[in-house]
Amino acid sequence: MAGTMIVDGKPVELNGEKNILEVARKAGVELPTFCYHSELSVYGACRMCLVELGNGQIVAGCSTPPRPGLEVKTTTPRVQKIRKMALELMLANHDRDCTTCEKNGNCKLQDLAHRFGIRQVRFGQRDIKVDIDDSSPALVRDPNKCILCGDCVRVCQEIQGIGVLDFAHRGSEMTVTPAFGKEMAEVDCVNCGQCAAVCPTGALVVKSQVEEVWQALHDPQKTVIVQIAPAVRVAVGETFGLEPGENTLGKLTAALRQMGFDKIFDTSFAADLTVMEEGTEFLTRLKNGENLPQFTSCCPAWVKYTEQYCPEMLDHLSTCRSPQQMFGSLAKKYYAKELNIKPGDMVVVSIMPCTAKKFEAQRPEFVTEGAQDVDFVLTTQEVVQMIRESGLDYPNLESDSLDMPFGFTSGGGIIFGVTGGVSEAVLRAAHYLLLGEELDQVNFTEVRGTEGLREAEIDVGGTKVRLAIVYGLAQAKHLLEELKAGRADYHLVEVMACPSGCVGGAGQPVGTNAEIRSARAQGIYTADKAQQLRKSYQNPLIEAVYEKWLGEPNGEAAHTALHTTYSERRRIQGDSISLGEDGEAKQVEVAVCVGTCCYLKGSYDVLQDLGRRLRGAHLEEDVDLKATFCFENCGSGINVKVGDTLYSGISPAKTGFIFDKITEALQSK
Amino acid sequence: MAKAWPMAQTENHSKEEHGGQQERQFAKVNEIIALYEADESALIPILQKVQEEYRYLPEEILTYIATALGISPATVYGVATFYAQFSLDPLGKYVVRVCDGTACHVRRSQAVLDAIRKKVGLASGEKTTQDLGFTVETVSCLGACGLAPVVMINDHVYGNMTPEAITEILDTLEKREGDAK
Ligand code: SF4
Ligand code: SF4
Ligand code: SF4
Ligand code: FES
Ligand code: FES
Repeated sequence: MAGTMIVDGKPVELNGEKNILEVARKAGVELPTFCYHSELSVYGACRMCLVELGNGQIVAGCSTPPRPGLEVKTTTPRVQKIRKMALELMLANHDRDCTTCEKNGNCKLQDLAHRFGIRQVRFGQRDIKVDIDDSSPALVRDPNKCILCGDCVRVCQEIQGIGVLDFAHRGSEMTVTPAFGKEMAEVDCVNCGQCAAVCPTGALVVKSQVEEVWQALHDPQKTVIVQIAPAVRVAVGETFGLEPGENTLGKLTAALRQMGFDKIFDTSFAADLTVMEEGTEFLTRLKNGENLPQFTSCCPAWVKYTEQYCPEMLDHLSTCRSPQQMFGSLAKKYYAKELNIKPGDMVVVSIMPCTAKKFEAQRPEFVTEGAQDVDFVLTTQEVVQMIRESGLDYPNLESDSLDMPFGFTSGGGIIFGVTGGVSEAVLRAAHYLLLGEELDQVNFTEVRGTEGLREAEIDVGGTKVRLAIVYGLAQAKHLLEELKAGRADYHLVEVMACPSGCVGGAGQPVGTNAEIRSARAQGIYTADKAQQLRKSYQNPLIEAVYEKWLGEPNGEAAHTALHTTYSERRRIQGDSISLGEDGEAKQVEVAVCVGTCCYLKGSYDVLQDLGRRLRGAHLEEDVDLKATFCFENCGSGINVKVGDTLYSGISPAKTGFIFDKITEALQSK
Repeated sequence: MAKAWPMAQTENHSKEEHGGQQERQFAKVNEIIALYEADESALIPILQKVQEEYRYLPEEILTYIATALGISPATVYGVATFYAQFSLDPLGKYVVRVCDGTACHVRRSQAVLDAIRKKVGLASGEKTTQDLGFTVETVSCLGACGLAPVVMINDHVYGNMTPEAITEILDTLEKREGDAK
């Protein structure tokens, strides 16, 4: 809306600002906020952003649209009083142990208490202490520090389309919690960490492995090698006052060397390897018309999402491990041998923009001779802490270079850090992988951009390849629905959970916003351009790795080391419901899944029919008929378990088959 | 582990009926959801109707409802814990509600409450006895202030309660239970 508004006596031209916060910012006033995020819906509950209108009315700046002629004052005695009171009330109910808090120095609550000069809290001190939830491999939830701003609730709901957290209970007992007060690891959290990225306090923070890494570094028995993900290099500098997007890979390398890491490598190298494997896999699928669209698999949050919510499409996921895990696997399976050490004596550390990578590293699939392929995952935030602890003057460090044999990358490996990057890197290589010919084209700007969903159609050796590039799992969810309904049709779908891809990962420095994400993305493209070689297959190290260890892309050795499998996963841990009488010893237990997939396929009819048959045969005393939620085998539902045997693909018409199995089971007793 | 099914403990159902009884109730959840066309904005009435069927809102059923309505279990949990009318724990066979409205309060409803809790053997912080016999709650004003203090046991209202009188009533109930076994 055009026109003029008056902020603290100064006229401000309006130009489509969404709310008074933005108008005030134009006038040079930064209003305090807790519950406002420009990319989320407006909640308007924290009362920090209040302003006084010309007529004396007090309104929330975040939820009031600007109007020409409107006059607002941002610092009146009434506004000041309400703000301080609101802050004090939050502080009164807050575990104020700042010195030992993970968020110390980065906390919005601390910051605003400081900014508003709160020197005493008139409403007492929180005296209850509830348990901290550290069940998740990625995050720690401390409800004692929650100020109920709801930011995490909205980010998980609106950006990720999941809704792991919500408000529960009321009044003084109100909390923000996963369903049924369960722990994060028991529910459908995909570990993307976006909730922690928006949390203004220490109530949701990244789970740190800094201590474990120091220990490994100080252990003379261990060879500690480290890989640096693409998106990290353009973000670390921010925390030391450098510009977002500035590539400080050389300084980071120097810092890590000083800390005592034995070898410093680049995850982008493994991304080049991913391009070879995933590109080859894609071209094979394209040729055979199988399992299309192919879904990318480098984002572990997306992979877990698919396992939980879309098991029927698991075979669309590329079987490629993510670059982090390809690196870990190569290191433990081959590189350790070359160094003549046992996999158990090699410690692989990753530095990632990502919290979900912590979960991924712990997946049981990624183990070599009993040792985890990637031992520890440090986020950008954690490595910054280690740099601080080491007392290094980061901006003035002399750049150092990476080690060999995993310290060289093509531009294709670098752009993995930004949405569209995986697709572009594959496109850069596809022509060569398909026809063995060089293509002049390097940049595929069609797949770049900041929108949550982008589509492109690109000619690859005569085939028009249709791509979709998505970030944010809510967008991905929508895309899956379109695919299932036949309203969309692609060959390749790239999904990253985080806004703008990994540059916007939750492990990146606190305070990430759209502008910072763009600057980091720009930094990635600049780094790409600066690389002599831009296409993954041109990377001489890749050729060497295939020659020495792996044979050919998608060959047997490559398959063992670089690919993986997926499985259905239940969303929420819960008990089964017994439909008969409880407490008596029944001879056979029969459980029918009523999880979503099976529910939709009519599992309830199966239940009813079985109940009728059992009663008809007077077997209800011997059989414990139960409804359960999810056998983690959703793709081939309806699932029914008789005793210890799981029968899949049961339809309501096939209950007779199950009934026969029950009678057999009873007879064998 | 299968949880005890609360309705299995209500009176007057012969054993043969139990299997069918349970299924009809499960059918009931689907019926209720269908009645509201699986509309997420009807969550509260759905929960009310479901609680009428089960006497409480089992975790599994809430997850089931979330699934059917296409919303997250955390949201359903949030709504179910926001309203005092919903219970997420199995209720006892007898639900004893002691009125703590102003009228009852000044007429010493606290002493009545204490007597009840002592009589049924509830430890502090507990709402329901371990054998699921009794649930004891306080409510604000049952709308029978003329009879203060008032206690409601299931659907029956008892007025002018004293610690002695309520103990006697509970005695009778416990005796009836004993005989039934
Ligand atoms: S980590 Fe991601 S999925 Fe898990 S609760 Fe936070 S936002 Fe939701
Ligand atoms: S956990 Fe953090 S983001 Fe979520 S409501 Fe509490 S303070 Fe806000
Ligand atoms: S988009 Fe990147 S940073 Fe975000 S969860 Fe996925 S892999 Fe991690
Ligand atoms: S930021 Fe406006 S009310 Fe919280
Ligand atoms: S819904 Fe998962 S096994 Fe049925």
